Amino acid sequence: MTAGDRWQLQRLLLYSTILCSWPVLTSADAGLQRIADGVYVRPGRIAVVFEDDSIANLGLVIGSRCAAVIDTGGSVAEGRALYRAIGKLTDVPVCFVINTHVHPDHMLGNKAFQRDHVQFVGHRKLPRAVALRAGTYLQRAAEYSGGVADESQIVLPERTVSGEVQLDLGQRILILRAHATAHTDNDLSIVDPQTGTLFTGDLVFLEHLPVLDGSINGWLGELDQLMGETFERVVPGHGPVLAAWPQAGEPAVRYLTELRESTRTWIARGGDLGEAQERIEVSRPEHWQLIEQYHKRNVAAAFAELEWED
Amino acid sequence: MSTRTRRRVEAGSLCMALMILASFASLAHATTAEEDMAWTGGLRSAYFADREIVSDGLITLEAPQRAENAAIVPISIKAGIPQTEDRYIRTIWLFVDKNPGPLVGKFHFTPASGRADLGLRLRVDTYSPVRAIAETNDGALHMSRSFVKASGGCSAPASSDSDAAREELGKMKFLVRKEGVEADSSEVEQSGLAQLMIRHPNRSGLQMDQVTRHYAPAEFVRQVTVSFEGEEIFEAETSFAVSENPSFRFYFAPRRAGQLTAEVLDTEGRQFSETYDVSPLTGEVAARQ
Repeated sequence: MTAGDRWQLQRLLLYSTILCSWPVLTSADAGLQRIADGVYVRPGRIAVVFEDDSIANLGLVIGSRCAAVIDTGGSVAEGRALYRAIGKLTDVPVCFVINTHVHPDHMLGNKAFQRDHVQFVGHRKLPRAVALRAGTYLQRAAEYSGGVADESQIVLPERTVSGEVQLDLGQRILILRAHATAHTDNDLSIVDPQTGTLFTGDLVFLEHLPVLDGSINGWLGELDQLMGETFERVVPGHGPVLAAWPQAGEPAVRYLTELRESTRTWIARGGDLGEAQERIEVSRPEHWQLIEQYHKRNVAAAFAELEWED
Repeated sequence: MSTRTRRRVEAGSLCMALMILASFASLAHATTAEEDMAWTGGLRSAYFADREIVSDGLITLEAPQRAENAAIVPISIKAGIPQTEDRYIRTIWLFVDKNPGPLVGKFHFTPASGRADLGLRLRVDTYSPVRAIAETNDGALHMSRSFVKASGGCSAPASSDSDAAREELGKMKFLVRKEGVEADSSEVEQSGLAQLMIRHPNRSGLQMDQVTRHYAPAEFVRQVTVSFEGEEIFEAETSFAVSENPSFRFYFAPRRAGQLTAEVLDTEGRQFSETYDVSPLTGEVAARQ
């Protein structure tokens, strides 16, 4: 390769990078959609963490005195856009920021909401998970944005949830439930009983392949329990924001159940992890996006858990 | 889809294509020599001085090109010769060149191992060559190398459910499978495949707590010794590059019924042991908990 070729390449890379950042810059104004009385969602898009912005579904519930934000997005910029969108929508101040779990697309926007009267709320195991992982997340985020990791961006929950906790928004109560290890070891779901809306966090995925970062057995157990309850509508962590219940839980249950069965079969046959990752397939690939990015990783996580079963 | 959205999607696809093209062209530029800088620039001489190392296919290292989960990268080493009294592999060194501690471990085998194959899971911190070097009983060194694309394995916790490993720390599980029972009855064909699993967080000491700004101290399995009826068949001296809940697959040639014993020592000085009864005729294994 000559010096001239190399320069051409660098120019190509530069132009394509500029071109690629353009839709990201304009997308931050994505608006809030009303899905029920006083309940709004900023829909995410099916994409890969760090490579893209605005991935998770973010929520807002407004009471007479307080508003609660459910997840803040994958960057401070995304969090700020959400904050501005909320300001245009209501004069009710945000009192609570609830993080459904530790993953960066759900909580790296927290910093945008850090103000005196805002309380950050999460699962009792969230602070530890953030403490151990935030450094890696910020570094990855910085690699993609071409910047440096800024540790001041990390905002930890001040109030943690074990079992169930109620938040009073003024003439509206939110019920927060801390789950056993499932998608992660710090999953929180949120119910607005007034409208029968359930925010599942990443306990439910639609279209976006479920990502296993906790316990496959635990996840299926938590879904089984949630699917025995009645809700008017659910907002999954990823996928269409208005979903019927319990139907919306079924694709994830099917994927995880089949993953568990085929992984158990591999383990029983004495197969090793590497082979299992190559050979275990997604049984209904037409239902899912991002199979390439997450399926093998899920096999590894399931294998490492299930090989300890008696 | 609105016209504006469609245009944005088209621009997106075009720019992705350009970026992919550009990055392929630049990637083609990275050569094996550049990848091997850490090895040639010091690692090799630190461990092997000026001894000759040949890449003759005596062992084959298998590693995924891209690690889906950098904290659990499955690696296997296959030996091209059977373990006999006359000729056998006595030690295999395993390196991840660019890890904070490049030596993953030293693994010792004997003729009683049957075959010097090895399977385990590693943490791989960044794009790095992974290499295995086998020393045969005549003192010759044989290498096999692979390149793994992974990142963040040493600083990332393997699972977010690390409580499970902590609660059962020291619990072990042996799986033994007899192979080749339908083939002819040479010793090698009759070797058994054993997997030893150890519940242990195997903490690297490189996971920084962002709140306290302290690193959780390293705590990992550093020695594993497996013997059959008192005869050593496999020994591992390992580092934190081995994944949480270490798992080792290796062979042994049980020529009679007997007891398989594993003894494990970690960096805290804790010792764990486990025994299993093996029958050479049926390959059935009875667990003694």
